[in-house]
Amino acid sequence: MSERSFAVKARRNAGQIVLTAIGALLAALWLVPFGWALSTSFKPEGDTQLLPLKWIQSNMNLDAYRSVLGTGDIPKWLVNSVIVSTGVTALTLAVSALAAYGFARTDFRYRKALFGLTLAGIMVPGTVITAPLFANVRTMGLVDTYWGVILPQVSAPAMVFILYKFFQGVPRELEEAARIDGAGRWRVFLGIVLPLSRPVLAAVGIFTFIGSWNNFMWPYLVTTDPDLATLPVGLATVQSSFGIRWAQLMAGALLAALPLLIVFVFFQRQIVRGVAHTGIAGQ
Amino acid sequence: MTALAPPPARSAAPAPAPERGARARLGRLFQHGGWFVAPFLVFYGLFLLWPLVSGLWYSLNETNLAGINTEFIGLGNYREALGDDQLWDSLGNTLKFTAMITPLIVVVAFFLALLAHSIKRGKWFWRLAFFAPFLLPSAVLADLWRWLYEPDFGLINNAIDRRVPWLLEGDWAMFSMVLATLWWTVGFSFLLYLAALQSIPGHLYEAAALDGAGPWRRMRHITVPMVRNITGLIVVLQILASLQVFDQIFLINEGGPNNETRPVVQYIIQQGFTGYRIGYASALSYIVFVLIVAVTLARLWLVRNRSEGNAV
Repeated sequence: MSERSFAVKARRNAGQIVLTAIGALLAALWLVPFGWALSTSFKPEGDTQLLPLKWIQSNMNLDAYRSVLGTGDIPKWLVNSVIVSTGVTALTLAVSALAAYGFARTDFRYRKALFGLTLAGIMVPGTVITAPLFANVRTMGLVDTYWGVILPQVSAPAMVFILYKFFQGVPRELEEAARIDGAGRWRVFLGIVLPLSRPVLAAVGIFTFIGSWNNFMWPYLVTTDPDLATLPVGLATVQSSFGIRWAQLMAGALLAALPLLIVFVFFQRQIVRGVAHTGIAGQ
Repeated sequence: MTALAPPPARSAAPAPAPERGARARLGRLFQHGGWFVAPFLVFYGLFLLWPLVSGLWYSLNETNLAGINTEFIGLGNYREALGDDQLWDSLGNTLKFTAMITPLIVVVAFFLALLAHSIKRGKWFWRLAFFAPFLLPSAVLADLWRWLYEPDFGLINNAIDRRVPWLLEGDWAMFSMVLATLWWTVGFSFLLYLAALQSIPGHLYEAAALDGAGPWRRMRHITVPMVRNITGLIVVLQILASLQVFDQIFLINEGGPNNETRPVVQYIIQQGFTGYRIGYASALSYIVFVLIVAVTLARLWLVRNRSEGNAV
C-alpha cells in the first residue's frame, strides 16, 4: 500500500463518517413523529397535555391500548381492511395478469384498439370519476356492501401496462416449445409465464395492497354502515367521538400503521424493486 | 412473429361454417386470446369508462345523487362554474399547494437518495427510515400531525419554543399541509431516485475522477444529467397527484381555517355528496380533468422536443 492510497482511504473514511452523521440526524428527524406517537400512547390520558413535554415518564402504561382494543372497533376494522385489500389485490392480479398476457402474446380482433383504450385509462384521475362512479355503483345496489368497496378498485390500467411490459420480455421460445409439446394457451400461461413472472407479480400485488389498504376516499363514500368501515375510515370517523384523547388516538394510529410496516419489513426488497420498476415503466 | 407462431386469429376465424347471431360474433371477437382480456374489460368498462361517459352526461344536467329529477341544461353547469368564486378559490388553493410541494419533493427526495446511496453501511435502515411514512394510512398521518401541530401541547411548538398558529391561520395552514405531505410522501420519489442513482455506471465517475473532476463537478456533470429523466417523471407524477390532493387536507383540518386550504377535490365532493348536485360536481370534475390532461400533454410535448433537440 502506497502512502497516497492510504491518504485516499482515510479521506474516504472521513467522508463516510460525515455522511453517516448527516444521515443519522435526518433519519432521527424523520422518525420523530413515530417516536412521539409511541411516547404519547403510553401516557395516562391525563398526562398527555402536561408542560413541559416529556418523552419518558415513570407512570407510563398500556391503558390507551387496552381501551382502544377493548371497544372492539379496531379489530373489526382490521378484519374489514384485510377482506377488502385481499379481495382487491387478488382480483386485480388475476384480471390484470390475464389482460396483460392477452395484449402481449395473443392476437385477436381489435387487440390494438382495446390496448390503446386501456393505456388511455392511465390518464384518468380517480377523483374525476368519483361522483358518477358513486351514482353508478348505487344504481347497481352495491352501496354498503363489501363488493361495492372492492369491485370499483379493481380496474387498474397502469398495472396491466406494467405486466404487459414484463410479459413481452418473456422469451417466446419457451412458450413455443411448450406449444409444440401440445400445451394449450392456458397451460402455457399458467404453467410457464406466471411462474417466471413472480417478481413483477409480487411488486404489482404489494402496490395494489398498499394502495387499497390506505385508500380513504372511496370506502368513506361508499359505506355508511360503521360495521363495514375499513381502518382508515373507522379511524377518521371515530376521532370526533374520542374527542381529544390523544393517548388513545396515538395508540389507535400506531396499531393501524403496524400491519403495513410489518409487510414492508418482510417485502422490503420487492417493494424497492417494484417502485423502481413502476417508475421506469411509467416513462 | 417467428415461423413457429400460431396462425393469426383472423385467418383462423372463418374456418368452420360461419356462425350467426350476437353470440357467434362475440365468440369470434374473443377467439385466440380475447378471453384473456375480457374480465379486465368488464371491470374497466363498468368502473372506469361508464363513469367517465356518464359523468360527461351528468355534467350537462341538473340532477341529484339518485339520478331523479334530471333536467338537461346543456352547458349551464359549466357557465355556473365560471362565476363560482368557491371553485376558483379552491382551485387556487390546489395550485398553491402544487407549486409549493413539487419543488420541495424533488429537492428533498434527491438529497435523501444521494445520502442513502453514498453511505455504505446499513442501506436497509435509511430506506426504512425515509420510506416508512409513505406506508401510513391518511387517517394516521392526520392524527400524528394534528398532534405535532397542536398550538400549546404540540411537540413542534415546544421544540422551537414559539407559539406558531400552525393550523389556525391561512398561510400557516397551507404551509403545514405542505410540510406534513412532504414527510408523508417523499419516500416514493426517494426510492425512484435511489433506483436511478444505482443504475449510473460507475466507470463514468472513475473516468471523471481521473480527469481531476472534484465531487461538485461530478455531481453537476454526471449525477444530475443522468437522473434527469427520473426528475422529469417525479415532477409530473407529483403535479398530477397534487392536483388531486384531498385526504390529508380534509382529515387534518377539513380544508380550514375558513376554507383557506380547501382543495378543489374537496369542493367537488362537497357539491356532489353533501350538496347532492352530482351534475354540477361532474362538471367541476371535467374542468379538473382538462387541467390534468393539459399537464400530461405538456409533458409529452416537452419530452418530444427535448429528444428532437438531442438528435440534432
